[in-house]
Amino acid sequence: MKDVGEYDGAGEATIFDRSRPGRTATAQLAPETLASLPPELRRRRRPELPEVSELQAVRHYTRLSQKNFSIDTQFYPLGSCTMKYNPRGSNHYAMLPEFLSRHPLAPVSMGQGLLACLYELQQMLCEVTGMEGVSLTPMAGAQGEFAGVAMIRAFHRARGDAARNEIIVPEAAHGTNPATATMCGMKVVEIPCNPDGDCDLEALRRAVGVNTAGVMLTNPSTLGVFERSISEIAAIARQAGALLYYDGANLNAILGKVRPGDMGFDVMHMNLHKTFSTPHGGGGPGAGAVGVGRRLLPYLPVPIVGRDATGYVWLDERDLPETIGRLSAFMGNVGVLLRAYIYMRMIGRDGMRRVAEYAVLNANYLLARLRRAGFEAAYPDRRASHEFILTLKREAAERGVTAMDFAKRLLDFGQHAPTVYFPQLVPECLLIEPTETEAKETLDGFVAAMTAILAETVTDPERVKTAPHRLPVRRLDDVRAAKHLDLVWKRPPGGDS
Amino acid sequence: MASNIPTDLRYTRSHEWVRKNADGTVTIGVTDHAQHALGDVVFVETPQAGRVLAAGEACAVVESVKAASDVYAPVAGTVVAANGVLADAPERVNSDPYGDGWLWCLAPGEDAAATALLAPAEYETLVAGGG
Repeated sequence: MKDVGEYDGAGEATIFDRSRPGRTATAQLAPETLASLPPELRRRRRPELPEVSELQAVRHYTRLSQKNFSIDTQFYPLGSCTMKYNPRGSNHYAMLPEFLSRHPLAPVSMGQGLLACLYELQQMLCEVTGMEGVSLTPMAGAQGEFAGVAMIRAFHRARGDAARNEIIVPEAAHGTNPATATMCGMKVVEIPCNPDGDCDLEALRRAVGVNTAGVMLTNPSTLGVFERSISEIAAIARQAGALLYYDGANLNAILGKVRPGDMGFDVMHMNLHKTFSTPHGGGGPGAGAVGVGRRLLPYLPVPIVGRDATGYVWLDERDLPETIGRLSAFMGNVGVLLRAYIYMRMIGRDGMRRVAEYAVLNANYLLARLRRAGFEAAYPDRRASHEFILTLKREAAERGVTAMDFAKRLLDFGQHAPTVYFPQLVPECLLIEPTETEAKETLDGFVAAMTAILAETVTDPERVKTAPHRLPVRRLDDVRAAKHLDLVWKRPPGGDS
Repeated sequence: MASNIPTDLRYTRSHEWVRKNADGTVTIGVTDHAQHALGDVVFVETPQAGRVLAAGEACAVVESVKAASDVYAPVAGTVVAANGVLADAPERVNSDPYGDGWLWCLAPGEDAAATALLAPAEYETLVAGGG
């Protein structure tokens, strides 16, 4: 048997492989036995938990954490994800014992501080987006989108206009947009973009009609450029009787500069884990607050924090009888909402503007330097917003080195890969978003890595095609991972029972 | 990399191929160029037999390790059969896009003849242009 306890710097045995019967962390044993539990409530089989010492557990998880490629250790320019730094200050204040110890069913009179924070967060999000009302309850961006389209549906149905069952999305939309529309029982109608990245207005005019419930788009778009014809788009939607939905994924680029409400949007979601710097960690917990203009106010999901003569109160179905309902127990991910609130209070109004200015400056600096280094921009005539797209179609055609190869080789240089192969309409693309929280030296380091890899595609393309070379694992079997996903440890046959 | 574009088929701008069968039905799949751009296919969803499709309607999904892509009906009509083999062997779309990797078979509707499909040479030009 292999000595699974030995650390070779690459493979890390699972915690179950380290398990030895009867080994426990004595200091953490419960002080009392559970003898007082009635026999019928006790387990008949021992739970399959690993049995290791406390020190073994600490070392195992510390080593795993050291393998992490994360925002705390590396530049993380994952386009459209806004992987910015999460200030430790937000974390600190959100973890105050008064917040952590509060029970969600405690009387509101005992939770006025928390409710005040959430109320002010609602107000600040209204202010920054130009919306009339905000609900914080959606648990993530996708649920925020669902809430938004559910409100569009409720709005049309309340007017007796049930024929509106189509949602228009541009081809560059986030994949969640058509998914959301489908989840809400809508038919998706896709419209193309012009070669310069703006929406094809003629196609939009042809697509809208008496069946159009809404138009979903984001500005700046997923192509990393500001949609210049947004006023015309809003007018076309309005004339057709459709509502306009703003996907908040790219809100970071325009914070404090332009407001979706002023652009003519009726409803939007905000990815608080992107723009307002709460952690993304492992797919959650997210927070996808949803904001609406006046016409959709009655349909907001509950609860919402209101204010009356007695102080802060929960508003629920009794206050908003036409609400689309509840999306989460209590108030979404309150801990995440608090981090967003503290972040906004820390940077203030001027800070919001700086976020957008430096996010856009960093993106354009990186784009200019990478173009000078020999990379091809997908939209060379457009200024970048907070992110931009390079296309490696020439490198792929001439040297057989793909965007995926570049992404893998970047890891060897200590850089997290940008988003690859999205948006799909740009061949062999890298979608790069540096965010405002990166220093110039970090951006220069990324340019140096990209330049070195570009040179390798000529001198040693195999080195790039077989990357990564310096990580604990090499090229993964994507096909097997997709077809035979296996995340649960199972006791090997013949193992101890 | 040169794509395989059989001369006996018709094509679409969205990279489907169409084969006319002797019984009047047509068989549809995605082109060699499309399968190559997608990368290793790991999941395929095909339309149910009996479903009526409009030309251009998204009716199948091909998911690869890179992305999930809609496949559109090149002509209007009624689905006669779908390739059930792909449920367990989606990689056939990569290994044999014009043969075992076919997606579905369609009885064209009355107005199907009016739909403009690309000749092999036109599709070759499209692919060469980076489309």
